[in-house]
Amino acid sequence: MNILLITEQREGKWNKTSFETLAAAQQIANETKSRLAAAVIGKGVADLAGELAASKLDEVLLIEHDLLAAYTPDGFTIALTQAIAQAKPDLILLPHTYQVRDFAPKLAASLGKGMIGDCIGYRHENGKLIFVRQMFQGKTVADVVFEGAPPWFATFQAGAFRADLVAQGESKAPVTPIPVELSAAQIRTKPLEIFREAKQAVDLTQAPILVSVGRGIKAPENIPMAEKLAHLLGGELSASRPICDEGWLPMDRQIGSSGQTVAPKLYLALGISGAIQHVVGMKGSRTIAAINKDQNAPIFEVADYGIVGDLFEIVPALIEELEKTKSS
Amino acid sequence: MKIVVCIKQVPAKDAPLVIADGTWIRETDIGFEMNEPDSFALEEALRLKEKHTGEVIAVSMGPERVKQTIKEALAKGADRGVHIADDKAHTLDPLGAAKSLAAAIEREKPDLVLTGLQSDDHGFGQTGVLLADRLGLPHATLIMQIGVESDHLRVKRELEAGWFQWVELPLPAVLTIQSGINKVRYATLKGIMAAKKKEIATIARESLGVTHEPTQRIERIYVPTKTKKTEFLNGTPKEAAAKLLEKLKHEARVL
Repeated sequence: MNILLITEQREGKWNKTSFETLAAAQQIANETKSRLAAAVIGKGVADLAGELAASKLDEVLLIEHDLLAAYTPDGFTIALTQAIAQAKPDLILLPHTYQVRDFAPKLAASLGKGMIGDCIGYRHENGKLIFVRQMFQGKTVADVVFEGAPPWFATFQAGAFRADLVAQGESKAPVTPIPVELSAAQIRTKPLEIFREAKQAVDLTQAPILVSVGRGIKAPENIPMAEKLAHLLGGELSASRPICDEGWLPMDRQIGSSGQTVAPKLYLALGISGAIQHVVGMKGSRTIAAINKDQNAPIFEVADYGIVGDLFEIVPALIEELEKTKSS
Repeated sequence: MKIVVCIKQVPAKDAPLVIADGTWIRETDIGFEMNEPDSFALEEALRLKEKHTGEVIAVSMGPERVKQTIKEALAKGADRGVHIADDKAHTLDPLGAAKSLAAAIEREKPDLVLTGLQSDDHGFGQTGVLLADRLGLPHATLIMQIGVESDHLRVKRELEAGWFQWVELPLPAVLTIQSGINKVRYATLKGIMAAKKKEIATIARESLGVTHEPTQRIERIYVPTKTKKTEFLNGTPKEAAAKLLEKLKHEARVL
């Protein structure tokens, strides 16, 4: 089998999940005795291709064009369609980033093929690749297989594989430039400036302890209770996306795929069900404790300690206990 | 402006899920609701209509029960509904679902098609992008703000780690809406009454003439095996709280 990994960079900087997916691709290539190539796409990215070539790979494909300097779904789809026609991969792997979500389904569909997206793992059984992804917000997982002829497309979720497991090659892999034809008229969207909203007021990544609230907190009036607990523990208050969407806490308090990724020594989740978008942002925490009324909540899959119960009873009890220890 | 908004009906958030037939869940005895990410897309469609005039058409695919979700959209202010009827819609792969939706939407010749960013059941997160491809329209995803300027849109797209980007694209177009873009309205009693008079057109999915060979197949779904062993702390709230603090101090040593 021929496997092609498509990496992601922006303005000459890697999206680091590219290397997690590289680790996955190397592992799959090893188990299926496949040839593995990795592509770098953009403009002026030859240095990145050279850097990538140090990894254990059979080839690096360098896809460059003036019109690929800024990402557009049309530009990337057209260029990668041509690259795929030349390289003829059977399996195309990508990191499940926001950019990949924006073009990869279209790339697959333009070839009449499908994509298994947001995979958390795979198995190689009896010569068949089975991709594992979550459904129902992580309450179930699914084994999914490709149907029909290759090429097949799959994306791996951030955190599903470890970038530090990427194998280095004995010698540098050859870098092959892949010429692509692209005209400005083919690109319908016009990418403008990239910017950041108001400066982050709080850097949650530096907090040793985080008390994090989810939907279970029910109303904004209940946030001060969680805040009090956070302060008694010497930590900061954070939240899952719905809480910030509601405006109960500012966006810079948000943990998860669209917020901050944290790894404190203690993460205490209050009324957070543990949807995967949240879990990817906190599963690296040293100790995870969760309080949730639903014993089947997916948060308990990553928790070291769990209390199944009403957080409106348990949090006041925690506060009382901490205040007692403090005053004694 | 003629806006089509795709809304999916999914199991209610707190519905206890029981796996049935190995590849789906038992649908009896559980409640269903509008996929939350799609409710943001619906709200955005209604706001665009209020600002620029036009029509909002709510499209949903699935068994008879999804009509309830279309009715909810009508009660909130959508003008009419299209129900693509198929009891087995949940077995479609992302491309098959998008082809079917595209075939129905094409007939409407909309200026704008909106979807949520993903569904809370399958969670494919591909429908909007695939719809754009099938309809031959440009698209942008994870949109946090929409500006309409004569013949084009200027949209704010969310990137990762707190970054955003402005993107311009010509109309007609497809946008997937990021959750949290707006505050979703509730249906008013007046809206609920008005919805009773609004039309829901039902189209059988097989009548759309869509041919599709599945690109992927779900072999089985199952409850995930734990990666960590959770130690559950029992007792009264007071006892459980005391036990937790004890564990955090003396076992995990994080306090």
